[in-house]
Amino acid sequence: MTTERTYSISRSSKTSLVAAVVGLLVLVGLAAAPLWAGRADMRLLSEVFLYLSLACLWNLLAGYAGLVSVGQQAFVGFGGYMLFALAIFAGMSPLAAIPLAGLLGALVAVPVALLIFRLRGAYFAIGTWVIAEVFRLSFAQISALGGGSGTSLPVALVKSIASSRSMREATTYWMALGMAVLVLVVIYALLRSRNGLALTAIRDSELASQSFGIDIWRHKFAVYLITAGLTAMTGALIFLQKLRISPDAAFSVNDWTAFVIFIVVIGGIGTLEGPILGVIVFFLLRETLADLGSTYLLILGAVAIVVMLKAPKGLWGMLKEHTGLELFPLSRRVVKDKT
Amino acid sequence: MADAVLSTRSLEACYGDFQALFGVSIDVYPEEVIAIIGANGAGKTTLMRSITGLLTNQPQMVTWKGRSIGALRADQIARLGIAMVPEGRQLFQSLSVEENLIIGGQVGRSGAWSLEKVYDLFPVLKERRNVPATSLSGGQQQMVSIGRALMSNPDILLFDEISLGLAPIIIKSIYEALPTIIGEGMSAIIVEQDIAKAVSVSSRVYCLQEGRVSLEGRPQDLTRDAISAAYFGV
Amino acid sequence: MDWVNAIVQGVLLGGLYALFAAGLSLIFGVMRLVNIAHGDFIVLAAFLGLTITTTLGLSPLVALALVVPVMAAIGYVLQRGILNRTLGDDILPPLMVTFGLSVIIQNGLLEIYSADPQKMSAGALETASLSLPGGLNVGVLPILMFAVAVAVIAGLQWIFYHSSLGRAFRAVSDKQDIAQLMGLNKAHIFGLAMALSLAVVGIAGVFLGIRTSFDPSIGPGRLIFGFEAVIIGGLGNLWGTLIGGIILGVSQNIGAQINPGWQLLAGHIAFLFVLAVRPRGLFPRID
Repeated sequence: MTTERTYSISRSSKTSLVAAVVGLLVLVGLAAAPLWAGRADMRLLSEVFLYLSLACLWNLLAGYAGLVSVGQQAFVGFGGYMLFALAIFAGMSPLAAIPLAGLLGALVAVPVALLIFRLRGAYFAIGTWVIAEVFRLSFAQISALGGGSGTSLPVALVKSIASSRSMREATTYWMALGMAVLVLVVIYALLRSRNGLALTAIRDSELASQSFGIDIWRHKFAVYLITAGLTAMTGALIFLQKLRISPDAAFSVNDWTAFVIFIVVIGGIGTLEGPILGVIVFFLLRETLADLGSTYLLILGAVAIVVMLKAPKGLWGMLKEHTGLELFPLSRRVVKDKT
Repeated sequence: MADAVLSTRSLEACYGDFQALFGVSIDVYPEEVIAIIGANGAGKTTLMRSITGLLTNQPQMVTWKGRSIGALRADQIARLGIAMVPEGRQLFQSLSVEENLIIGGQVGRSGAWSLEKVYDLFPVLKERRNVPATSLSGGQQQMVSIGRALMSNPDILLFDEISLGLAPIIIKSIYEALPTIIGEGMSAIIVEQDIAKAVSVSSRVYCLQEGRVSLEGRPQDLTRDAISAAYFGV
Repeated sequence: MDWVNAIVQGVLLGGLYALFAAGLSLIFGVMRLVNIAHGDFIVLAAFLGLTITTTLGLSPLVALALVVPVMAAIGYVLQRGILNRTLGDDILPPLMVTFGLSVIIQNGLLEIYSADPQKMSAGALETASLSLPGGLNVGVLPILMFAVAVAVIAGLQWIFYHSSLGRAFRAVSDKQDIAQLMGLNKAHIFGLAMALSLAVVGIAGVFLGIRTSFDPSIGPGRLIFGFEAVIIGGLGNLWGTLIGGIILGVSQNIGAQINPGWQLLAGHIAFLFVLAVRPRGLFPRID
């Protein structure tokens, strides 16, 4: 006599359900921050959200699509400049200009990708950097946007967001939070889709996935455009908060790429949870060590090297190895059905 | 009988989670030629890679003239006088024929073999000494690969799948040259899928099957049936 | 005449860019490693030269005799101590580790030397110039630097194709496993390649420091120039790299001649143009 057992494939687990509930509660709490947090805390949290968004996007690019870019500042700066240009030249409200800046970012990424996809691996990385330099030098030539010294967002436009200062601050805060949530949702949906499976296959073995008929170039191209668009939107938000833009600030490799890479490497590349953990660690380090100035950066560089050598999967990777924890149910597992 | 020059003892080898060898023990005695036969995937190449240090082992799993060498690096093992003619020739494509030979001699061991001696053995290589090594025909590439191993004046020569992918007439001439190649004082391991060829030049045979030694003995003591049972596992 | 002058100066500048590029090209050829901190090492060498010239009162050209071996030693130790552990199928670890090194060098130099621009003086040599027919005036120092660049490229070319070290480099680059069967210690060979790369960086750094003012932040810019020269010339071809450097230098000077703000932009555009029409560079050798 044999008992028949049936199995099915599932992605969710108990922890991922708990994580979803806790995540939702945290989100509600964060959305209510204008009620409980001070002005400085809200500014810091906004910055955390925007860095989280950049880190998740870079992780998608490097950790999943294998496109290691050190030139994402090109799109951060481009998005910021588009916001300013649309606001100053077309009188567009910042709220409308942000998604448009994202769209333009994805659009400009098309010729960029066609060019730099000709480079492989590490040379691709430096190629993206050249593109960012071209953007920086080009925007420095536009005198209507202040040339090399930059420009400010006109006061009238800033006031059009909301009449009172506290309401304006709450609005930009919610936009930053919304941006991070949007990025997480988009990436999660992308990775759970058929395309996500293809991406994971490409990440694991480009050669093998090619032999399964996956069009690697098309997948990478699509990820590059999506990332560029969302990075540009994030960039627009960053400079909406700063209210001032200049080529050096907009296209800074340290601010928009180096820190982002550290966040992802320390947190754990190629996982959705890694950048979240990384951004928390990064800001804890920054808030405690930032007074050290260049020594702080020295430490950050050393930490990144040590993590890469000793724990290449980052803090989340270490945690996952020891506990099997997975907050975002992405991997499929075989479960025995109850009869 | 004298002590073995090269031995493996309970050799295990893994590629990640996949175990390819399970407790393989073989011996090679001075001036002896042994053959290792077995089907595809039996672990023959893995055994060669373990002996030459391309796969690292526990120190005592491989001994050379009484010394544990299992944990040494490949370049250290090469300097002890263990040379390999790898499967598929594996010539350096950026190097000319002559450079491929010279680099084989860079191990720094003295002995009978020199560029001149290799050219005497394979005169066609001298004519083509300055062309890129990978532009040669398969048979000529095998000559370079053999010459490259000889240039290190080894005490033991490992031939991994020496007839794979070569025309029968080339295989025949290589086997005819083997006695000259494996000169006095030298031992050899010949890895072959062609049982008859392997048996014809060796004094003892090991058969590998799924990572284990399934049969060993002198060719004249082994029946055809015993060999095919050990080979195919039927 | 201004135009001819701009082109001649651009050619000479290209020699310096070829020096930036040669070390980058060398280690990529041997071990497929791209050193993101390459430019920062150039700046480190410039500061090393500065310290030696100011404390020992030596001429920068004499200081080379110290800077080059020190940089080579740093390269060897760095490769064997850290970088060898990052090499493998995954391109991310070497990229991230050299990126971290770049940040460390920049901020380390900032701590020691501050952000103030510095310059090395080569004395009378700096102002000496040759009058060429047609009213052209060309500095002796740029000519000297260009000649050294050509000599360095020729020297590297000789090492690569005619010495036993070069044979080992090529063998390891072709097939790492089999090269080890030839008694070559891969870790050591890679160490020597990085030592040679940083030795060239030593020369490049000192020349940079004599030619222009420098500060700790300019490394990445030099990396990009070197990288562009390598790609324009074609991967794996050292003479191509020299031509790539010259094309870059001439483009920059022509751009600057049109509008001072276009100097760097013109160089980048020349690079992107070559990438668009000849993605493998003008004279490729490595696949």
